[in-house]
Parts: sequence; C-alpha cells; structure tokens
Amino acid sequence: MTTREKILASIQANQPSLLPLPEQFTFTTTYPDLTKQFSDSLAFVGGLAVVVPDYTAIEAHLKEHYPALTNVATTCPALAHLADVTLDVTDPHDLAGLNLTIIEGPLAVAENAAIWVDERQLPHRVVPMITQYLVIIIRQSTIVANMHEAYKKLQVNATGFGTFISGPSKTADIEQSLVIGAHGARSLVVYILP
Amino acid sequence: MGAHLADVHIAAMGFEKIIPRAEHLGVYLRLLARSATGQPITTFSSHFHRPRPDQEMHIVIVDNGRSRQLGRPDFRNSLKCIRCAACMNTCPVYRRSGGHSYHSAVAGPIGSILAPNLDMKQNADLPFASTLCGSCSNVCPVKIDIHDQLYKWRQVLMQEGYGPTAKTMSMKAMATVLESPRLYRMAGKVGRGVLRFAPVTVENRFNPWYNQREMPEPPTESFRDWYVNNKKA
Repeated sequence: MTTREKILASIQANQPSLLPLPEQFTFTTTYPDLTKQFSDSLAFVGGLAVVVPDYTAIEAHLKEHYPALTNVATTCPALAHLADVTLDVTDPHDLAGLNLTIIEGPLAVAENAAIWVDERQLPHRVVPMITQYLVIIIRQSTIVANMHEAYKKLQVNATGFGTFISGPSKTADIEQSLVIGAHGARSLVVYILP
Repeated sequence: MGAHLADVHIAAMGFEKIIPRAEHLGVYLRLLARSATGQPITTFSSHFHRPRPDQEMHIVIVDNGRSRQLGRPDFRNSLKCIRCAACMNTCPVYRRSGGHSYHSAVAGPIGSILAPNLDMKQNADLPFASTLCGSCSNVCPVKIDIHDQLYKWRQVLMQEGYGPTAKTMSMKAMATVLESPRLYRMAGKVGRGVLRFAPVTVENRFNPWYNQREMPEPPTESFRDWYVNNKKA
C-alpha cells in the first residue's frame, strides 16, 4: 500500500456523513461609487490610487512621483518609451535590478483594493514582486464590488499562474507591527483610466 | 517571490485544506487576513496551476493525524481551521505566555485542541492551560467550538490516564475528604490549627501557593461551628 492509498483509506474510514454543498454562499455589496471605494481601500492598505483621463496624464504623474528613475520596465505599449530595460529575459533572476515596473490589471475589487494579474499581464511571474516600485493601470469599468463578483468574472486557471495584489508588500506577522515593503514592491500606485 | 525564482517549488498542505471550487476562495480570502492582521485581504493571493517553463512544482498532501481527528466526532470540527491566528490574538493566556510556551508547532487555543490528537502523552498539559473564557470560540471566523473542545479534551486525557500522578492522587484525597462530613470538619480544624500554631509548615518554599503570596489569616471557627453556636443561643 502506498502512502497515498493509506491516507485515502484512512479518510474514507473516518469520513463523517456527507452534507450537500451549499449553493448559496455569496452576497452582493453595493457601494455608491466603486472608484472611490477602490481608492479608499487602496489608501487603507498603503497604496495610492490616481484617477486619470489618459496615458499622457499617467506619464506626467509618473515623472513627478518618480523623478529621474532608471531601470524602468513596462508591458504597456502606450508607455513603452518610458522603459529603459526589457522584461524579455530568459532567467527571471536577471530582473533583480528593476526599479519601477508598469503593468496592466484586467480586474479590480473595490472592497479590498485587490487587483488580479495573471500570465497574460506578466512576462515573468516574479515581476510584481521583484521590482522595487510597482505601478498598475486599471480601467474604471473593470472594478467589481466584492470578491464573490470577482470570482464570477475570473477564470482562475486561464493561465498557469495568477494573483490578487492588494497594496504594496507588507507584513504584520512579527509582534503585529506593520512594515511596508517586506517581500515585494515597496510602493504601489494604481492609475484608474475611464 | 522565492517560488517564482527557484528551480523547484514544493508546497506541502494538509488534506483538509482542499475546497470544492475555486469560487469558494471568495469566502476564505475575505476571512483570512481580516481575522489575522486586520487587513481586508492578504497582499498577494497567488493561484498556482502549473510550474513556469523549466521549473518543477510538487504538491505534498499531508495526513499527519488529520484523518484520525476526522474520526473523532467531538474534535473533527477543529479541521476547519484556516490558521488565521484570531484565537491566539484574543487569548488571555497566549497574550501573556507567547507561542513557545505551547511546545507545539501550532500554538494558542487551536494548537491545544490539535496537539493532543498527535500525541496525547506529550501534549496532555495543553488543554488544561486555558481559563475556558471562550474568547477564542467567539472570534473564530470558521466557528470552531474551541473552548468546548478544550474542556472535552480534559475529560479524554484524564480518562486515558494522562493526568499527572500528583494531581490524580490529590484529587482522590480531596474526593475522600469532601464526601465525608466528619473528615471534612476534621480537615478544617487541622488546617486552622496548623495556620495558627505552626505556620512554618505551610509558609515555606515547598508550598507553591506560598511562593508569591501570604497565607490567609485563619478564622477562629468554621461557619458551621458559628452556626451551631448561634442557633443554640
């Protein structure tokens, strides 16, 4: 008997009587203004949301917010001229020098400022964690109210990897004191396009 | 970040962490961080489906006593735990003693109901290190009856003979004294006499009750003596 068979047999033997799967486990959340709620949630988790009319406004704000930054990369064609390094590398370790990375997010959640990104947005899975500063561009129309709505819209296994990112990297595991910039990006700016 | 740079990614998980559908994550991700650090969601909630190109990925599904716990109707509810640590943050015992005092990988109230399942003898003390105040059950986001299970483990551990000998003996002695009115009255008289005439027999370092506090002043008579005397008058 392999360990797998042993474990399965033991679970089978100790299994309690089965219950029907609860079909109703979601609820709807209503916010008067999804964009404002998203921005407030992002501020609460240490990030900054900026509502902008177009890419020109993003560029202007970026230049003001991160002046004279080098080692900038982006997956966004409209901002390609801001990049001075490429994400097209074979070994993801080569991205260790990234300062600022600008990516796009296809879905955002207002209640907790989580933004979904998967391999369609990420040339390498490590990109949003290895960069010092992260910028994500989202569209107003893609903001949903809560996580239940997000999962309704998502197909989580569309690619091999996807993640919700909520704010800059942080931890409060040690003595419950919050440190921003722990195992990932030290700051997160989200631009919200119409 | 480590998982995205390493050549091999190995994830170990207990089998009780398997959920029926991806959309059920909507429930769990909303619960986890807000019950732990008060964040609305974990900063990164990663969904892995396959390794990245040229990487190996392995998932090790662990039993480690979980199927045995599944077979204990009084305790199987503990397998619902999502390891948020809300019970620890609220526990008056954990907050003063810290994680290492539990001598078990999972500390706090939840650890004290999981650990006896792994090794009753080694973890027999844990369910007793609780005030049973119920704060843990009150904050548990997955509604585990933690303090009820702590109480139930005490019954199981004593019945299985894992109580310390000194405690078992003194409990037996106490039962003998308490069930005989004559013995009870005599013990009271002896106690009062000892405190009054030979305090050194209890006021010494061998009496743990005396370590941090003064012994009480002995009353001159018991309530029963007083009642009997005053009733006559």
